[in-house]
Amino acid sequence: MNKVIITVLGKDTVGIIAKVCTYLAEKQVNILDITQTIVQGYFNMMMIVDMDQANVPFEQISGDLEKIGEGIGVRIKCQREEIFTKMHRI
Amino acid sequence: MLNMFEVIETNHMIEQEKLDVRTITMGISLLDCCDNDLARLNEKIYNKITSYARDLVATGEAISRDFGIPIVNKRISVTPIALVGGCACKTPEDFVTVAQTLDRAAKTVGVNFIGGYSALVCKGMTPAEEHLIRSIPKALAVTERVCSSINVGSTKTGLNMDAVRLMGEIVVKTAEETKENDSLGCAKLVVFCNAPDDNPFMAGAFHGVTEADAIINVGVSGPGVVKVALEKARGENFEVLCETIKRTAFKITRVGQLVAQEASVRLGIPFGIIDLSLAPTPAVGDSVAEILEEIGLERVGAPGTTAALAMLNDQVKKGGVMASSYVGGLSGAFIPVSEDRGMIEAVAMGALTLEKLEAMTCVCSVGLDMIAIPGDTPATTIAGIIADEAAIGMINQKTTAVRIIPVIGKTIGDTVEFGGLLGYAPVMPVNPYSCEKFVTRGGRIPAPIHSFKN
Repeated sequence: MNKVIITVLGKDTVGIIAKVCTYLAEKQVNILDITQTIVQGYFNMMMIVDMDQANVPFEQISGDLEKIGEGIGVRIKCQREEIFTKMHRI
Repeated sequence: MLNMFEVIETNHMIEQEKLDVRTITMGISLLDCCDNDLARLNEKIYNKITSYARDLVATGEAISRDFGIPIVNKRISVTPIALVGGCACKTPEDFVTVAQTLDRAAKTVGVNFIGGYSALVCKGMTPAEEHLIRSIPKALAVTERVCSSINVGSTKTGLNMDAVRLMGEIVVKTAEETKENDSLGCAKLVVFCNAPDDNPFMAGAFHGVTEADAIINVGVSGPGVVKVALEKARGENFEVLCETIKRTAFKITRVGQLVAQEASVRLGIPFGIIDLSLAPTPAVGDSVAEILEEIGLERVGAPGTTAALAMLNDQVKKGGVMASSYVGGLSGAFIPVSEDRGMIEAVAMGALTLEKLEAMTCVCSVGLDMIAIPGDTPATTIAGIIADEAAIGMINQKTTAVRIIPVIGKTIGDTVEFGGLLGYAPVMPVNPYSCEKFVTRGGRIPAPIHSFKN
């Protein structure tokens, strides 16, 4: 497993999840979990994905998603899971 | 499985509260570069540093991208050059060529500082060590990225007062050599007592002789994170306050531990230590002084400051120790005046004085740090300040240091701009009475007794 956390933050619009998921499917990235909320019109999403079978490197996926985010006016960030598990789990 | 709040909390720390990894410092032993021939010595040093640290910067940037955490500095520390250059360097000028080699190597691999232009003279000085010390003003003037540190005392050996007196003169000469740049050379020169072998923070980093051939040490930082956490504990008692600091320090340190382990694996170099210091920057919301004010002081420097700092420092260590497999370096809250907006403001309004700063150094790392004083301060007075600070370290079995900048051509009330992470500082008044007869006596202050502690 090569778990990565993808977070999306920004103004809610139609098709955010669709765009991100379509891209991930193209790159053979498996989605393990999705959580999302909308607080005061702001869209907050967290995805846990597995990049083990991905057909391009992490840096490219991270860069591409950032650009996709810019295109729809949200901020998309990819981070390897360990930074969160290390901080929040003993 | 992770929940969204945890992910948001971490990212909020990074984006809003300025959580970062302050430095990945690669320690490199240069003991195997010793040579009788100066040109060959320089060549060996250059080759070893540039081959070991070739991928340091790129690796740091890759880790930063993967985890989404800024890694502000990538740096190198080397074996104290007085030991490495002893055979080949017969004059201070010879040592300057080694400083230039270090600078060139640092530029080649892209690190912003290289530490270890150092001598450990806590009991006595060899001729080579004295040459190195005398070369410091020139070495720091002709190089850009080289940092120098001198250890003038320890709890086990006492204080080498000859070295203390000499360092007073060297600080003034370094200020003069770099007077065109607000005496910036002094910002790269630290005088230590009980210097640690594995400190990753500049300007005092060097790779001690007790260390392995190469090692990765990491310094974390997060004053902003602690400050924001404490905002939620306003009005609570000390128990809640201390718990909050410990929990926050734990989280911050875990990030450092992760980065250190990752860097170690990717570079194929063993992990040394995490330094648990709260290191401020001049940026808004990245200040240790602001934490102390959040704890309940109107301004840092007010009565209660030393107690608040002692508590903060201890809780940071308690939280951090559990989060890391190896802790070392300086590990404590830094109180550099020019690098901390809250400190600068407190000095400017007269709340914080040199004497109060000295008291604060009794309970935290590291010492009188980045303090601008009038350029006409006598060398003997600076030696006296160094001696006072070193005595605190010697008696209390802790590291203390002095990084003080007599700014040539400036006096009390003026402001000095060092730029970047080094920040800016108001010139502070120094006690005008002389200690010349004391510091010029010569010899050593004997090691202190280790019993009857009072």
